[in-house]
Amino acid sequence: MNLHEYQGKQILSSYGVGIQRGMVATTPEEAVQVAKQLTEETGTGWHVIKAQVHAGGRGKGGGVKLAKNLDELKSHAENILGMQLVTPQTTAEGKTVHQVLIAEDVYYPGESETSEIYMSVLLNRATGRNMIMYSTEGGMDIEEVAEKTPHLIFTEEIDPATGLLPFQCRKVAFNLGLEGKAFKEMTKFVACLYKAYDGADASLFEINPVLKTSDDKIIAVDAKVSIDDNALYRHKDYAEMRDVREEDASEVEAGEYGLSYVKLDGNVGCMVNGAGLAMATMDIIKHAGGNPANFLDVGGTADAARVEQAFRIILKDDNVKALLVNIFGGIVRCDRVAQGVVDAYKNIGEINVPLIVRLQGTNATEAKKLIDESGLEVHSVILLQEAADKVAEVLA
Amino acid sequence: MSVLVNKDSRVIVQGFTGKEGTFHASQMIEYGTNLVGGVTPGKGGQSHLDRPVFNTVAEAVEKAQADTTIIFVPPAFAADAIMEAADAGIKIIICITEGVPTKDMSAVKNYISDKNCRLIGPNCPGVITPDGAKCGIMPGFVFKTGKVGVVSKSGTLTYEAADQVVKAGLGITTAIGIGGDPIIGTTTKEAVELLMNDSDTEGIIMIGEIGGTMEADAARWIKEHGTKPVVGFIAGQTAPKGRTMGHAGAIVGGDDDTAEAKMKIMSECGIHVVASPADLGSKMKEVLA
Repeated sequence: MNLHEYQGKQILSSYGVGIQRGMVATTPEEAVQVAKQLTEETGTGWHVIKAQVHAGGRGKGGGVKLAKNLDELKSHAENILGMQLVTPQTTAEGKTVHQVLIAEDVYYPGESETSEIYMSVLLNRATGRNMIMYSTEGGMDIEEVAEKTPHLIFTEEIDPATGLLPFQCRKVAFNLGLEGKAFKEMTKFVACLYKAYDGADASLFEINPVLKTSDDKIIAVDAKVSIDDNALYRHKDYAEMRDVREEDASEVEAGEYGLSYVKLDGNVGCMVNGAGLAMATMDIIKHAGGNPANFLDVGGTADAARVEQAFRIILKDDNVKALLVNIFGGIVRCDRVAQGVVDAYKNIGEINVPLIVRLQGTNATEAKKLIDESGLEVHSVILLQEAADKVAEVLA
Repeated sequence: MSVLVNKDSRVIVQGFTGKEGTFHASQMIEYGTNLVGGVTPGKGGQSHLDRPVFNTVAEAVEKAQADTTIIFVPPAFAADAIMEAADAGIKIIICITEGVPTKDMSAVKNYISDKNCRLIGPNCPGVITPDGAKCGIMPGFVFKTGKVGVVSKSGTLTYEAADQVVKAGLGITTAIGIGGDPIIGTTTKEAVELLMNDSDTEGIIMIGEIGGTMEADAARWIKEHGTKPVVGFIAGQTAPKGRTMGHAGAIVGGDDDTAEAKMKIMSECGIHVVASPADLGSKMKEVLA
């Protein structure tokens, strides 16, 4: 589950990680009000207005602005709130901005130069251990750093039995070339950051940039935080942070019915049991000359009600020119799915696209008979290759 | 021969008396798996499906000489169940449970690293040696005895591959569903290695999917040590980027991460890669001819 920057910062701060302080607002008036409050609390003169959407590169799309006075702040907030923010990580349509984070200015001048650092915490799948990835090249696109100057990216792996050790925190601070107060602050920052990652059951922390301020404080200026969905049961407070406005409406609806659905932009819809077979079915569609309109895993209990719901969701997409059902029945009985298809067809009424049904495995023969005898215009096939051929045929 | 499980395996079910455990244990008994009992804490001494129930795995090992376990306990308790089995001296631990937190699995991986056991899963369909033992949730009738080993991250895609292999007249030695989670007990490479060392297995089907580097690691091992033909497929050629993988995770995975890149590496390592999942059986028949 992805979180907004302000939510991620709340979690970091609760573990003692230094952050750029701020308050969230949903209207320009509220933005001005919280800006005044923020000045009282932090002494900041300037403010940064940051659009809160689940996408990186917000600055490039005009979603992050600096305001030197309250008039500027209000005008920026007016422009950003409600805008369709397009960034390199969103679709061309962009994302609607519902909230802005009003944050303190942390790039104030002082005794030393400010510097930006990149830091993330994530799982190293190869070893099954978490690691901290960091670089002196903060504030930039980290993929670009990895490609052009891979020697500037460091990693530190954590033994789950001991957790992150003090010498590892020092190593990070040394490798980042810090000294004096900044060095000490960094060791504390890293220790708290890992404690937060571990404690929050996170699946990704990406802090870009981490800022060394002109008075040698170390703070998180941005925060991309994802929490492990499988662990949300032990973090009810984080589960409540979910913002469904950031997700595709059809995907949210599918989730409510226990369907795993991802909308794509192709012309052939598909309904499959099992994630691997669902991806393989999308591939078959491509090889047959079509493009998958979605990923949809009906899961292990594909009963009639779920099948009907899956159909309704897939058919909402006007781009769908054909629909392929591919079920390999193990625990799932094919005749039940077939009944679901027949019922769905009758209940939905008009289905104007060709329907190809491939049911294999437990009770496949009974299923084919059920479909064949229903009198519906359904192409019933048994082998995966036949399904592919049929997709090609109906698209032709 | 076969790998991991056979008719002599002494199998127990953890989460024996629960709904899932009961259903699948019945199916396994019906298939002919040598199920010697099960574990449900607090229900020790009872009998379930005509088999003894034990309070602890250690007790099942002591009294029923269990050497293999299948875990059906809910996600919040799965890591504990795996570690209990490892501590009790169980050799083959198969965890079916889906939805185990990654942090828990990180601890498990560390805990079992110096134990004499092999973990399959979690989030997997299990392992089946046709006519020997079904230790999982797969439809047993699809798998017929033969000479091809199957390694796959996915459940239904394993059934699909087995069905094609059987229809091609080749049959299965052992099919291993390794699971699709970020941290799993047995990697693609390790499962392939087991099958390479099995005298009855003449060919191997290796099915992977997007994410991680396990297929590429297996492919490089096969190039060095392979002695049998391998047919490979990667699901997710059309999957959108970045939907399941974290932004920074994609960097660590590097270029090995996409289906396209994995298939290229596999081809370069001498694996017979099929672009369409409908060609797994026919390709295996062709390379074994």
